[in-house]
Amino acid sequence: MADKLSKPEPGADAADIPLLRIEAVVKKFGAFRAVDRLSLDIRAGEFFALLGPSGCGKTTLLRMLAGFETPDEGRILLNGRDIAQVLPHQRPVNMMFQNYALFPHLSARDNIAFGLKRAGVPRSQINSRVAELVALVKLEGLEQRKPDQLSGGQKQRVALARALARRPQVLLLDEPLAALDKKLRESTQLELMELQRRLGTTFIIVTHDQEEAMTVASRIGVMDSGRLEQVATPRELYEAPHSRWIAEFVGDVNLFEGQVASREAGRLMISTKGAGEIFVTEPRQPITKTIVAVAIRPEKVKLSRRGPVSDAVNSHALNRLEGVVTDVGYLGGVTTYQVKLDTGAVLRSSMANTARLDMDAYHASQRVVAWFTPDDCVVLEQ
Amino acid sequence: MSARRIFAAPARLAAIAPYLWMVLFFLVPFGFVLKISLSQTAIAQPPYLPVFDLTQGFAAIKAALAALSLDNFRLLISDDLYVLSYLRSLVVAAVSTSILLVIGYPIAYGMARLPQRWQSVAMMLVIVPFWTSFLIRIYAWINILQHDGLLNKVLLALHLVSAPVVWLSTDSAMYLGIVYSYLPFMILPLYATLAKMDPALLEAAGDLGSSPRQAFWLVTVPLSLPGVAAGVLLCFIPIVGEFVIPDLLAGSSSMMIGQTLWLEFFTNKDWPVASAAAVLLLIMLLLPLSLYDRLQRRQLEDAR
Repeated sequence: MADKLSKPEPGADAADIPLLRIEAVVKKFGAFRAVDRLSLDIRAGEFFALLGPSGCGKTTLLRMLAGFETPDEGRILLNGRDIAQVLPHQRPVNMMFQNYALFPHLSARDNIAFGLKRAGVPRSQINSRVAELVALVKLEGLEQRKPDQLSGGQKQRVALARALARRPQVLLLDEPLAALDKKLRESTQLELMELQRRLGTTFIIVTHDQEEAMTVASRIGVMDSGRLEQVATPRELYEAPHSRWIAEFVGDVNLFEGQVASREAGRLMISTKGAGEIFVTEPRQPITKTIVAVAIRPEKVKLSRRGPVSDAVNSHALNRLEGVVTDVGYLGGVTTYQVKLDTGAVLRSSMANTARLDMDAYHASQRVVAWFTPDDCVVLEQ
Repeated sequence: MSARRIFAAPARLAAIAPYLWMVLFFLVPFGFVLKISLSQTAIAQPPYLPVFDLTQGFAAIKAALAALSLDNFRLLISDDLYVLSYLRSLVVAAVSTSILLVIGYPIAYGMARLPQRWQSVAMMLVIVPFWTSFLIRIYAWINILQHDGLLNKVLLALHLVSAPVVWLSTDSAMYLGIVYSYLPFMILPLYATLAKMDPALLEAAGDLGSSPRQAFWLVTVPLSLPGVAAGVLLCFIPIVGEFVIPDLLAGSSSMMIGQTLWLEFFTNKDWPVASAAAVLLLIMLLLPLSLYDRLQRRQLEDAR
């Protein structure tokens, strides 16, 4: 009976406590606060990305999770146990290093087996586990090569296998694909996602590449100046950014500052300096400030020679801005246009090239109407 | 193509220059030494026979060639004096190099882990003694080690000894002098390999479950082996032939080959035996020298 009382309910336990809880963590380097009272919960099995510009503190945060830095304040709970002061070699967490940090004097096989040997795993089990990992990252036949005899992509695979060997509860990845060229990076991103899904291990990746973060991660934490600006799914982050900074950092955006002029039928009319009056759908959170910014993604802005003619479109396309095309950028899949509005501001539009022979292509100095719906706009207060 | 042709001739000249230097200032003098080592000692000027006289024609040269013999080398390997000198040189070099490694490694390791701007200061401190003449520094040690020298004064003042200890003319003094003089040659190559080691490798070792001590033995030490080999050879090779330090600091009971060589050459005026001793010394050092050469070449290839 006493036993039952002292132990918490196992079911409730698993549901309530996230795998990793970061609580008000502070890391100072001298007077500089690299990580500033940051809190974050990460659930088991997530693929979480820490995204931010260089110097935002994302790598410092990752290094605190690995144990290479100790927080000055706050707690880091793994399965409810505070690991903030636990040494790196005693944590059930492994890291894949930027530039891989493979041991140059050991073969690919011995690099992968390194962590298993330290854990005192019997030789026969090491052999079978290494073979399993080699197959997992498709390195068959390269086991005996030294790191300097491997290509960049192969080194990346050895590093990944080495970090996974000890079956960590959390795998930390520090800019794991930064050293690869674009094509290889894209295919490796997909492999990484596939691998994470198959293993079910919690992955935390640090990257400055927002496309990479959006591709691989199920949730993204955007960091700036040691703080989390927003934690959201890739879609939320792009379509519903919390702030002007996020809107500008993640993807391209048109921003117009203005004041809320009127409000009716779930719509706000905002009179902007650069683009005249813009109708936007009223956000769920009531607007408290009068000075706001309207954000419209370029691909939401459509161009046409005249105003849209179909009635169905007409009723939605409340925002029509006239101007002249000043710049055309053909990128293959999409074409980007810059339109100098008659009201003075510059509006960017990007349109998918869905047909090979495009009768609708616009050229510089052509007069156009740029239009978008109230739903396409996001109102930002900060 | 045309650019290569323009630069070809000067580039070839530049490549020849070091070979020319080696032939003129190393190979030719070594040829002289080798020839003298095969000659017989004589009371003459120069003090050996035969002497090649190119003016006497081909027959005379042929006769001189026939007079050359390996007698001096036979003497060297049959006489205990020389054999023991060679052995002592090897033992002294091996013991000194081991002490140098044990002292030098922690110093180099400590230097490599200093903050960047302190590393250059530490490097200066290692090099600064070179600005004073080597001989003066050895004489300074004589001063410190002598009967009423600094060391004995300190030991007496601390009541660690009740009477002055004899330091000079002992093997301890010689080892002290050698280790002191050669320490930079051990530290600098070690420091060079340790400093360029990626600190992320130690973090990776820690991340994969190694304690700091295990990471040192499993990662730092194996990766510093090229530096260890370079430092060991850089010290061992010249110490084998060391003359000044044992002559000034060690006792006279047993001699290193450098001292024996000096004795033969200047005291006994036996140039042929001295030359033979020098040639044999060089042959003994060929193995470590070629090891060092191969190591250097491999590092050059790695750097490429």
